[in-house]
Amino acid sequence: METIKINIDNKIVEVEKGTTILQAAKKFGIHIPTLCHLHLHDLNIENKPAGCRICVVEVAGRKNLAPACVTECMDGMVVNTHNIRVLNARKTVLELILSDHPTDCLICSKNGNCELQSMAQEFGVREIHFEGEKSTYREDTSPAIIRDVDKCIMCRRCEMMCNEVQTVGVLSAVNRGFMSVVAPAFEMNLDHSVCTYCGQCVAVCPTGALTEVDHTNAVIRALADPDKTVIVQTAPAVRAALGEEFGLEPGTLVTGKMAAALRRLGFNYVFDTDFAADLTIMEEGTELLDRLNRHLNGDKSVALPILTSCCPGWVNFFEHQFPEMRDIPSTARSPQQMFGAIAKTYFAEKLNVKRENLVVVSVMPCLAKKFECQRDEFKTNGNPDVDYSISTRELAHLIKQLNISFNELPEEDFDHPLGESTGAAVIFGTTGGVIEAAVRTAYEVQTGKKLQKIDFEELRGMEFIREATIDFDGLPIRIGIAHGLGNARKLLEDIKAGKSEFHAIEIMACPGGCIGGGGQPLHHGDSSIIKARQKAIYAEDASKTIRKSHENPYIIQLYKEFLGKPCGELSHHLLHTHYFDKSKEISVVE
Amino acid sequence: MAKYKMHLLVCGGTACHASESERLLDTLKTIIADKGLDSEVQVIATGCFGFCEKGPIVKVMPDNTFYTQVTPDDAREIIEEHIIKGRKVNRLLYLNPESKEHVSDSKHMGFYKKQLRIALRNCGFIDPENIDEYISRDGYEALAKCLTEMTPQQVIELMKKSGLRGRGGGGFPTGLKWEITSKSVSDIKYVVCNADEGDPGAFMDRSILEGDPHSVIEAMAICGYCIGASNGLVYIRAEYPLAIDRLKIAIKQAREYGLLGNGILGTGFNFDIELRYGAGAFVCGEETALIHSMEGKRGEPTMKPPFPSVSGYFEKPTNVNNVETFANVPVIINKGAEWYSAIGSEKSKGTKVFALAGKINNVGLIEVPMGTTLREVIYEIGGGIRNGKKFKAVQTGGPSGGCLTEKHLDTPIDYDNLIASGSMMGSGGMIVMDEDDCMVSVAKFYLEFTVEESCGKCTPCRIGNKRLHEILDKLTKGNGTMEDIDRLKNLSKVIKDTALCGLGQTSPNPVLSTIDNFLDEYVEHVTEKKCRAGQCKALMQYTIIPDNCVGCTACARNCPVNAISGERKGIHTINQEVCIKCGACLEKCKFNAVVIK
Amino acid sequence: MTQVKSLADLRRIKENLQGKMSLRENSNNPESLVQIRVAMATCGIASGAKQVMEFFIEELDKRNIQAVVTQTGCMGYCFAEPTVEITLPGQAPVVYGYVDINKADSIIEKYIKNGELVDGIIPVNYETIQK
Repeated sequence: METIKINIDNKIVEVEKGTTILQAAKKFGIHIPTLCHLHLHDLNIENKPAGCRICVVEVAGRKNLAPACVTECMDGMVVNTHNIRVLNARKTVLELILSDHPTDCLICSKNGNCELQSMAQEFGVREIHFEGEKSTYREDTSPAIIRDVDKCIMCRRCEMMCNEVQTVGVLSAVNRGFMSVVAPAFEMNLDHSVCTYCGQCVAVCPTGALTEVDHTNAVIRALADPDKTVIVQTAPAVRAALGEEFGLEPGTLVTGKMAAALRRLGFNYVFDTDFAADLTIMEEGTELLDRLNRHLNGDKSVALPILTSCCPGWVNFFEHQFPEMRDIPSTARSPQQMFGAIAKTYFAEKLNVKRENLVVVSVMPCLAKKFECQRDEFKTNGNPDVDYSISTRELAHLIKQLNISFNELPEEDFDHPLGESTGAAVIFGTTGGVIEAAVRTAYEVQTGKKLQKIDFEELRGMEFIREATIDFDGLPIRIGIAHGLGNARKLLEDIKAGKSEFHAIEIMACPGGCIGGGGQPLHHGDSSIIKARQKAIYAEDASKTIRKSHENPYIIQLYKEFLGKPCGELSHHLLHTHYFDKSKEISVVE
Repeated sequence: MAKYKMHLLVCGGTACHASESERLLDTLKTIIADKGLDSEVQVIATGCFGFCEKGPIVKVMPDNTFYTQVTPDDAREIIEEHIIKGRKVNRLLYLNPESKEHVSDSKHMGFYKKQLRIALRNCGFIDPENIDEYISRDGYEALAKCLTEMTPQQVIELMKKSGLRGRGGGGFPTGLKWEITSKSVSDIKYVVCNADEGDPGAFMDRSILEGDPHSVIEAMAICGYCIGASNGLVYIRAEYPLAIDRLKIAIKQAREYGLLGNGILGTGFNFDIELRYGAGAFVCGEETALIHSMEGKRGEPTMKPPFPSVSGYFEKPTNVNNVETFANVPVIINKGAEWYSAIGSEKSKGTKVFALAGKINNVGLIEVPMGTTLREVIYEIGGGIRNGKKFKAVQTGGPSGGCLTEKHLDTPIDYDNLIASGSMMGSGGMIVMDEDDCMVSVAKFYLEFTVEESCGKCTPCRIGNKRLHEILDKLTKGNGTMEDIDRLKNLSKVIKDTALCGLGQTSPNPVLSTIDNFLDEYVEHVTEKKCRAGQCKALMQYTIIPDNCVGCTACARNCPVNAISGERKGIHTINQEVCIKCGACLEKCKFNAVVIK
Repeated sequence: MTQVKSLADLRRIKENLQGKMSLRENSNNPESLVQIRVAMATCGIASGAKQVMEFFIEELDKRNIQAVVTQTGCMGYCFAEPTVEITLPGQAPVVYGYVDINKADSIIEKYIKNGELVDGIIPVNYETIQK
């Protein structure tokens, strides 16, 4: 690689050709502030519209200041990152942004977690020298995401996520000049768009312009209601990230503390979505083998590959964009909904509680789950299987609100029977995990042999599209994995074109899978956090004694006592679903 | 074919169109046919003559007679007197404002005397809808010469030697741009013609496309040959329907003649042109924004590098030149680099087209050699300031140019001198202001435009320009402070320093140049709450001079807000609290009793 | 429609068009060419000036002589109509009277081509005002 020398703040440094000033500065310990720039290295996602103009630096011989995020180093370049001209420009630009921003920081949901607020603090802004009109827009509340775009600073991160990474294409810059803002086409509401509620826009928004619909108060009210039995389920990815909200190192597993906290919040039973993940494997795995074997036996009516269906963002995506392929994904409900269905039948019966008086709360790394639990097909007589879905961030707020010192809590276990799970369930939280869990069970069921090695390294990683062939005792099973909806789209296009050679494909809407979900603690552009969570997930799996779903004793008991057999009649009724063609539901006018 | 004895050239540009030139054309044709003269006299619609102030223009050839402001009602007289009897219609001839004499020959009119028409050479001379007329004026000969006698590198060298620089505003050497694009390696490359003329008041590109579309087509093909592109795209404003029509006709004719398409002029060179319509966003004149707009994306700029020459339309190397730049190319190739580089100033070669507007006698489109002084343009070509008022400033470079003053009048106009004086060439807008123009309001006016036209992508332009405009507005309302003037200066400098594209980087120019040259006017607005030009309504006071008031009550009766009180035959007074400064009293008073303070 | 296949093709087209455009081209710079002004008032027309003018236009074109033929009002020599004023480049104008087709022919052949004067010159008794 060719290297060049530049002078940065009177230091001569050598960098690779093609390095930006920002990268070079970082490498040599110079912190140039950025606002719109976002670089998730490990996921190869970058947003650099060079629009905010906060990162400007002085380059000798250039008539104007240069944005460090996109300006490449040239040999012999002399850069000054903090002289008076630069500081004045940067502060003026920041003050301009603040002059067009609401000043309700105290009651903003991003208070304390806002990149604009932190920057104003770092820059020591004590006065805004500009006053004038502020751009204001209609607030937009959907089932999962709130757009309060008065707070939009046009960093375009959400737009990049929605268009380039997810290829959903809902958000883009609209209007011109002062009234420019990121919005759905014609400034319609999100629920009139093809939004999947994946929440990746929320995950990268530096301000309070995009936030989740907050259900914490509804949960508090349910907990305080003496007539209600309130139970909670927590998704696998939550335990690998919740600690971050309490200052713990990214990747710290807080499963036990989380169970303890939930118990102290007043939940009558603290359960685990992982239990339902094991159940999902039983159902989805059985469906996979059934379709596979019928296909191998020459049944032309059976289409392969089979696609996973745990991810509600992904389900929304294909219902809107690939409705003609809606018979390809597995009909198995997501673990959240399987849990709800079992809780409000099997478990309610056990407790002898009426379904209306049983409140099921889920804690999810996800915002699309808020939408999923409101779907009509997951309701019985109007009563939803899952009443409230809150995000990892909302759970942290709840814990803080109820005066619980999280870090000092003891490690506790989940309750029985819906709290027991296997290692296969916990890896549902990361890309590649669902299919690995399915393979562990499907292999043993199909071949009748015990797996020699439970870890399928070939299915793990962070590459956006991965493929592997697993030897099912002489039968090669081709597996595809995609995370990020843009990558899912590529695999779908292949299937549509008849080019796909996979037997089964796992898809997760969010980059990294649920660990990178839209409801997780904000990573603020540090993708190593997502990697650390993934590591934690696999560590929890490795620490489990039972690591295959079909060996979960409570699952075996559930089938024995209640369901009968996987994909049986009751399963079909409670644990499977069907999909809709929503391509026509996009309204053009409100 | 019978040989025509006379040609009547009727201006068919948009400005003259608006003044009924189309009906004039029809009327002329009808009368000529009625008189049985249609085999002797040919009526031809041409492109713009440039002298839009006096349009519609009719030029009679071979008598070389230049009629101005011709209405359809004048058609009969021209035919009966001039065509039939050979007597020029004096009243329709241009009246020299100084000598008060009628001038029949455009060569002897001040407006044309100093002009040198290269880009506009065919405008007002040929029928733009007839490729033959273009060919008879050496049309497509340059293309033929390039394709059959020169290598692409030789053509590029010639262009480099000619010294032609981009006429869209940036002034980048055209030959160099072609060379860079030619060196970019790619299977597909594009030639793009930027016809998204967005400067308010500038219409040279429209006039060229309306008056001489083939010159642009020919130049694009030459450029395609040089850079190795076979696709040409013209990005043209949808608001230019006439230019679009003429361009479409021209492209069709060129295809029929085999001058566009495959195997042009019997060589292996293929080139064709398509149109792309812009929705008239000023920022889409910036080449990266233009390319994004053509790709169907939001019309907003991206950082350069990469330059379009390396990665442009759909990431392919793309050479973007503007209409006027292209219009110069065929002539340069026909007449040679030495001929061209002998015209103009040291660093700016050739001629430049300007759109003269504002408080000037001869509004219109002019083309002068680079290095002509502002004084020559304003006083000799433009005929001086209207109504004998005093010259105050001239704004060059469109909405983001600067205002130049008396002291700059003898500056030779070229790219570098204009920038050194705090303005710029831009696409060639030139707006003249007189003593009745308030310079704070002028700055505010331009900022209003840039605020409106900002794409909103970068902070300084999106919010900064808005704040500049708000501060200027405050000043014109008499609520400004001295700190506001400092704030304007600092903010302007930061915007120039930090904005993403040319629009933002230049948008504070009107503010900075007016503060530099007219600081006293700004200060007056703050300290004395006074607008010397009488333009800032909020700072005006209508008062009645008691000595002159006869108590006729005309003012009071006409005041829409009943701000004037007084008995009949008694002295009237204006209640300043109520007055909305509409000026009705001033207009109605017959005794000069109402004055503005 | 014929296709232009070479530079020679293009030049041929251009030459064919020359006649059509020369009227406009030449009249932009009349000083360098032969200028012929035919008096075309009522008196002139009645005496056949129109035919004379057409003859000049067509014949000059045929004989490949670059000239500008314009009409003018009555020059005042009504007794000698049709009258024609010929200005050779750089020379003073000469006015011929009683110009019919034959006379016109010899004016072209002798005066315009070779500068030899032809019979029928009317002494000029006025000055043209150059505007």
